[in-house]
Amino acid sequence: MGMTMTQKILAAHAGLESVTAGQLIEAKLDLVLGNDITAPVAIHEMDKIKQEGVFDKDKIALVMDHFVPNKDIKSAQNTKYVREFAEKHDITHYYDVGEMGIEHALLPELGLTVAGDVIIGADSHTCTYGALGAFSTGVGSTDMAAGMATGKAWFKVPSAIKFDLTGTPAKWISGKDIILHIIGLIGVDGALYQSMEFTGEGIQHLSMDDRFTIANMAIEAGAKNGIFPVDEQAITYMKEHSGRDFELYEADEDAEYERVISIDLSTLRPTISFPHLPENTKTVDELADIPIQQAVIGSCTNGRIEDLRIAAEILRGQKVAKGVRCIVIPATQKIYLKAMEEGYIKDFIEAGAIVSTPTCGPCLGGYMGILADGERCVSTTNRNFVGRMGHISSEIYLASPAIAAASAIAGKLIGPSEWGGVSE
Amino acid sequence: MKAEGSTFRYGDNVDTDVIIPARYLSTSDPAELAAHCMEDIDKDFVNKVQSGDLIVADKNFGCGSSREHAPIAIKASGISCVIAETFARIFYRNAINIGLPIIESKQAARGIAAGDRVSVDFDTGVITNETKGESYEGQAFPAFMQKIIQAEGLINYINQE
Repeated sequence: MGMTMTQKILAAHAGLESVTAGQLIEAKLDLVLGNDITAPVAIHEMDKIKQEGVFDKDKIALVMDHFVPNKDIKSAQNTKYVREFAEKHDITHYYDVGEMGIEHALLPELGLTVAGDVIIGADSHTCTYGALGAFSTGVGSTDMAAGMATGKAWFKVPSAIKFDLTGTPAKWISGKDIILHIIGLIGVDGALYQSMEFTGEGIQHLSMDDRFTIANMAIEAGAKNGIFPVDEQAITYMKEHSGRDFELYEADEDAEYERVISIDLSTLRPTISFPHLPENTKTVDELADIPIQQAVIGSCTNGRIEDLRIAAEILRGQKVAKGVRCIVIPATQKIYLKAMEEGYIKDFIEAGAIVSTPTCGPCLGGYMGILADGERCVSTTNRNFVGRMGHISSEIYLASPAIAAASAIAGKLIGPSEWGGVSE
Repeated sequence: MKAEGSTFRYGDNVDTDVIIPARYLSTSDPAELAAHCMEDIDKDFVNKVQSGDLIVADKNFGCGSSREHAPIAIKASGISCVIAETFARIFYRNAINIGLPIIESKQAARGIAAGDRVSVDFDTGVITNETKGESYEGQAFPAFMQKIIQAEGLINYINQE
């Protein structure tokens, strides 16, 4: 029986000829990731392991991104704890204020994640690197500790759902609309314990930033990982960003999938996830009048240059509605600089938005945009759970940068073509 | 290994943001996390929970963020076992890795009501509802995971190997 793309990568890293779904394996890791929230717990656990040092100081990435620049004394202590660990073990890829970015935007940009890798990260959105044809998955801090010490992790080999993407997406249909549509279709546990393997000729129309957004939210369907085949566009991206060699894997012709779901991208409409689950999707054609008080454009899901470009095109020469706070967060320093060079930062500030240094901040209700009771936020982030961004009676509407920017101008939820400035 | 106690009952998709909200993630101290466990979904939980009690939920328990603070908070609050129809995969790993007993059982999730007295035998996978006089079958762990649970977590398991 053939293997899926994920299964082939796992077999190679477990030193096995083949693996089948359900098999328990131990795989070698190419990268182990942690951040300022999860790494302190991992370091504490690692101290209990009867082994000195880390498995490879070049294969551990510690990115201080959730609560930095530190929001309070406790988060400052946590960051200090990780900083001292990184110094002690001479960790090559430690990123603090000035060099840091949101981890899942930063690591591909630095070329630390490439096709064929097996990557674990103590952050659920580690699945982002599947866009490059890597197997990457989120774990907890104890798995991270074991990974840092041994360079290995245990996995149950996942079965897979194949998503056959066809057609060309219309203007305004981004990776975000595609993944929200899919989550709406299969539910927040629709791919539980499984791989989401994206294939089909429609992929050629998706930019790398679109693919990062789609793979990023595989976890919101419960998936272990999301993965794309490696095409010319992905190879060009990796050659531009990384000096590392990479390995290409393709699913076998006779690979077994639990389900095959076909999606014609040309039929999709701009999509929004309503509170309080990512699966509660509606298209912009189904909207009632829903006023908003905040718009967040950023995060590991949608803080990349293309996201900022789309938002800037919509906000340019316009004004954010009175009573709306529009917060734009470039995901990395490099993206920030590029946005400045392209004039997007000027567009945002002139429109009445604010621009922040890279941080996960508001996405998880950390800081930089906490919601009061009853407030509504349109957000390009990835979760709209109860209380995620602040008060438990606040509401989060997940959407693309185009919808968030248009809604910020309109003061209510609106599709990118409906506010009058831009036609489809 | 056995667990026995009264039950707290929750529905589908209990996410790690409601188990322990991010505003408390500046600490990793188990007792401090336990003081806010389930706060955004059940503000009475921390006042009512007794050592040995169980949590019973429906589908996809622990979805969302990978924060290990979530199972740590539950364990430190005194919960002896979480029973659910299904668990989100990162939570499942984390619970095993830190030695918080969990068990999947659709039957138990359907049969158990809030406040029922329930016991779990981890060797057999049998869940007994003493209030209703019913018993349910739970999903037994593969041998490899049992070894981690018996070692009371991944770190001890690694040290033993």
